[in-house]
Amino acid sequence: MSKLTLKTEGDTHVVVTRRFAAPPEAVYRAHTDPKLVQKWMLGPEGWTMPVCINEARQGGKIRYEWSNGKGGGFHLTGEFLELEPYSRIVHVERMHLPDPTPDNHIETRFDADGTGTVMTMRMTLPDAQTRAAMLATGMESGMEASYVRLEGMI
Amino acid sequence: MSSLDATFSALADPTRRAILARLAKGEATVMELTEPFEMTQPAISQHLKVLEDAGLIVRRVDGTKRPRRLAKAGIEAMDQWLAMLRKALQKNYDRLDEVLADMEKDKIGETR
Repeated sequence: MSKLTLKTEGDTHVVVTRRFAAPPEAVYRAHTDPKLVQKWMLGPEGWTMPVCINEARQGGKIRYEWSNGKGGGFHLTGEFLELEPYSRIVHVERMHLPDPTPDNHIETRFDADGTGTVMTMRMTLPDAQTRAAMLATGMESGMEASYVRLEGMI
Repeated sequence: MSSLDATFSALADPTRRAILARLAKGEATVMELTEPFEMTQPAISQHLKVLEDAGLIVRRVDGTKRPRRLAKAGIEAMDQWLAMLRKALQKNYDRLDEVLADMEKDKIGETR
């Protein structure tokens, strides 16, 4: 029920869906309140987000800084483009690895599903160079190399 | 060198995905690849060219035949990135489930 789906759409997008037991208002708040974002948007085990700026208004800034606690880290900056409480967020973001990656345009929708929420996030696929840089920053540390089987995408 | 865009464009077509699924079982000639489809050999060859240009398959010379097989590197590099994204999101959203459960508890606490 809460299983994550991740699919490619066309040649430039990834669409992620996930169901949550809480209503859209709560899931939306968890994406727009920095104190809440800081608790979950951490990636692999062992990483923390010491800096979390999330100005949830049109034109508001985003800055997330992650640390692996061993001197390693990277950060992301972005801007909010559109916010429709509690149903939709559109923002752009880029990683600094340390050179900024091309802007990733992300639309996140929160649709009521019974007493829960189905969240759909549509993001731009990074180009091959950006992917390689992301893999090389140590984001993969703590993640055993496991491959999505080709059948998974088919 | 194939770009990720070319790779995903190549994967966007059902015939090409079926060809890859067939090649996942082992090398095959153009004739063998044409058999299961209601398509002409030139049409299949065109699909093979797209897959080749995207770096997903490679060809070998065997007399007059040009058997194709999967090119592991192209597929694994893309898989690796998608796998990384999937794992990071899975961890994030499992944590978000807990955050949401705590928010609900706090709300109940406040109304008491």
